[in-house]
Amino acid sequence: MTANHNSKTSGKVSFWNDPSKRSILYQVTTLLLIGLLGYYLFSNITHNLARQSIATGFGFLQKEASFEIGEKLIPYSAADKYARALWVGVLNTLLVSFIGTILTVILGTFVGVSRLSKNWLVSRIAAIYIEVLQDIPVLLQLFFWYAFFYEILPSPRQALQPIDGVFLCNRGLAFMVPVFQPAHVYMAISFGIGCLIVFVLRLWSRKRQEKTGKYFPLFRSSLGILIGLPMVTWWLSGAPTRMDIPVLTGFNFKGGVNVSPEFTALLLGLVLYTSAFVAEVVRAGIQSVSHGQTEAAMALGLKPGHLLKLVILPQALRVIVPPLTSQMLNLTKNSSLAVAIGYPDFVSVAGTTINQTGQAIEGVAMIMIVYLFFSLITSAFMNWYNKRIALVER
Amino acid sequence: MKFFRLFFVNLLLFVLVCGLATAGTLDDVKAKGFIQAGVNGDLFGFGKPDEKGVWRGLDVDTARAVAAAVFGDANKVKYTPLTAKTRFTALQSGEVDILTRNCTQTLTRDTALGLDFCQVNYYDGQGFLISKKLGVKSAKELDGATVCVLPGTTTELNVADYFRANNMKMKPVVIENTAELAKAFFAGRCDCLTSDASQLAGNRAVAPNPKDYIILPEIISKEPLAPAVRHGDNQWKDIVNYSILAMINAEELGVSSKNVDEMLKSNDPIIQRFLGVSPGNGEALGLDEKFAYNIIKQVGNYGEVFERNVGVNTPLGIERGLNALWTNGGLMYSPPFK
Repeated sequence: MTANHNSKTSGKVSFWNDPSKRSILYQVTTLLLIGLLGYYLFSNITHNLARQSIATGFGFLQKEASFEIGEKLIPYSAADKYARALWVGVLNTLLVSFIGTILTVILGTFVGVSRLSKNWLVSRIAAIYIEVLQDIPVLLQLFFWYAFFYEILPSPRQALQPIDGVFLCNRGLAFMVPVFQPAHVYMAISFGIGCLIVFVLRLWSRKRQEKTGKYFPLFRSSLGILIGLPMVTWWLSGAPTRMDIPVLTGFNFKGGVNVSPEFTALLLGLVLYTSAFVAEVVRAGIQSVSHGQTEAAMALGLKPGHLLKLVILPQALRVIVPPLTSQMLNLTKNSSLAVAIGYPDFVSVAGTTINQTGQAIEGVAMIMIVYLFFSLITSAFMNWYNKRIALVER
Repeated sequence: MKFFRLFFVNLLLFVLVCGLATAGTLDDVKAKGFIQAGVNGDLFGFGKPDEKGVWRGLDVDTARAVAAAVFGDANKVKYTPLTAKTRFTALQSGEVDILTRNCTQTLTRDTALGLDFCQVNYYDGQGFLISKKLGVKSAKELDGATVCVLPGTTTELNVADYFRANNMKMKPVVIENTAELAKAFFAGRCDCLTSDASQLAGNRAVAPNPKDYIILPEIISKEPLAPAVRHGDNQWKDIVNYSILAMINAEELGVSSKNVDEMLKSNDPIIQRFLGVSPGNGEALGLDEKFAYNIIKQVGNYGEVFERNVGVNTPLGIERGLNALWTNGGLMYSPPFK
C-alpha cells in the first residue's frame, strides 16, 4: 500500500515495486512461457512424426474416403472425398444436437413444472423421473435404448404397423411422407407471410393495449393464422394427397422416411438424461421467485397466465438461463457418445478417418474445433437471449 | 468420453514419451521386464481371456513367442485390449510395444501410418455371415442389405468397394466394440455381418444358436494378418519377425514342443543351428542363442499354435487352408535360419 501511495505522490518508485509495471512483466513472462511451450510441443510433434514417417498435413481431405456412412443428410457415397464424409458427420451431429436441445428444453420445463405441482402423484412421478434418469450414466442409458430397439422390435418382414403407412421394426421407424408438389412451395410461402402478419399483429395489439387497456387474444389468433393460412393454400392449390409410402423390398423398407434405431436411441437417451437436469434447473428458477410476488400479482387481479408471463418468468429466467446453457452444451458434447451405438456422428466419422489415414493429430484437432465451434455458437445465442430477458432496472 | 480420453492420453504420450523413448524398443522392453502387447480382447481364437482370465489365442501366442525369445519366459507379456479404431494410435504413441491384433497389412498402413508389419501369422479373407432364415445363397444377392461392420478396418473399405463394384446398395451399421457389434447382429439389427472369415467363425462359435447362421461362399478380399511394430526400429522388427518365422520353421523341421528336448541332440546341422546348439543366430538378433528353443518349448510350433487356437478341433473349426506350410500347399514359408 505504501509503495502504491508513494508512486502517486513522488513518482520515484523502483520498477520492481510498481504493481502496474510488475503485472505487465508477469503477463509478458506468462505469454512467453506459453508461446515457448507451444513451440516446443509443435516442433516435438513434427519431429517425432517425421522420425516415425507418419504422414502429416490436411492433404488427406482431398483423398477418396472409400467407406460408406449409414445415415446422411446430403448425398454421399464411398467414392466421395474425406472432406465430404466429415461434413456428413458434422451435419449428423448438428441434427441430433439441434433436435435434442429443443426437445430437452420442452420436456425439462414440463417435468420441472410438474415437480412443483400441488398434485401429489404428479410431483412424485416427476421426482422419480428426475432422480432415476439423473443418476444413471448416460452411456448406459444409450446402450439400454439401443438394445431395446433391436432386441424387442421384430424384423422388417414382421414389422409392426400401428397406423397405416407407419412401420416399426428393428431397422427403425419408416413412415410415409407427402410426395413433393409445387403446392408445398406455396404452403411454405404462405407460412412465411403468416409469420409476418403475426409479427405486425403483435406490435399492433401491444400498442392498442398500452393505449386503451383492451386485451387481444394474441396466442390463439397467431396459432390460427400460422396453421390456417398454409392449409387454405393447400386446399386452393388442389389439395394434393399423394404419399410416398414405405414398401418392403428385399431386405428393408424403401420409400418414405426412415428413422434409424441408432438415431432414435441416441436422441431418446440424450433428451431423457439432460431433461432431468433441465427440470431441476427450471424448478430452482421458479422457486427462486419469492411467493410474495405471486400473492402481490394475484392481489392486483392478474390472470394465472399473465401472472406467469409478466411476473414469475421474467424473474425466474434470469436464474434459469445460465445453467440451462451449460446443459445444452452438455447435450451437444455428450452426442459424441454416438460412437458406442453406431450413429455416424462427427466423432465416429472422424475416428474412422483417423484410423484409415493414421493422422490422429489432425483428426483430433478437427474434432476439437468442431465442438468448440458448436459450443461457442450455442453460448453466444444463449448469452444474447440472457441479455434480452435480463431485468431492466428502473 | 472414453474415446476423447484415450486420444488425449495418446497425444500427450506422442509429445512426452516418444521424445524420450529414443532408445530401441528392445532396450525399453528389457528395462521394464515385460512386453506390452496390443491385442483384440474380444476375439475368440485370436485374443481373448478365457473364463479363468488367462489370455488365449493365435495373436496372444505370437506375443508370447516374442517374450520367450527376449526373456526366455513366454509369460512376460502384459496385454492391452484395443479396438480397431484405437489400435494404431496406441502403437504409434508407444503405449504398446507390439500390435498383434489381427491387423491386415496394407500399403497405407505400412507407410503413411508409420508402422512396420512383420511376418504374417494368419492369411485371411473377408466374408459374410448371414442368418439362414433370409435364404441368401450368395453375396451377390445382398443388394439393399444392412451390413454390420467394425469401423476403421480394412473390411469397412472392402465391403464398400465390393458393393460399388457390383452396383449394389448397402447400409452400414458401425459399432466400435466387437462384442456390441456381434450382439446387434445376432439380435437382427443387420442382415449380415462382414469381417475376416476367421472372425466370423469366432463370432458364430459364441452365437446363441450357431447353426442358424452360414458364412457365404464369397471371399471378397485378401487379409494378410500380421503383427506390427513402430517404423524405424529395425532390430525390434527383426526379433518379432524371426520369432514368428521360428514357429513356422520348427513345424517344417518337425520340431514341436513335445520333441524339442530330444531334437537338441539331433545330428542335423540345420536343426542344431536352429535351436542354438551351434551358435550364431541369437547373437545376430541380439538375443539369447536359445531363443528359438524357448519359443518352441514354451509356445510350440506354428502347427501346434494353429490347432490349439483356431484349428478343426476348436469351436472355430478352421482348416489350415492358406495357412498350411508351403510344402502342404499353403503359404507359410520361412527363410533358412542360418
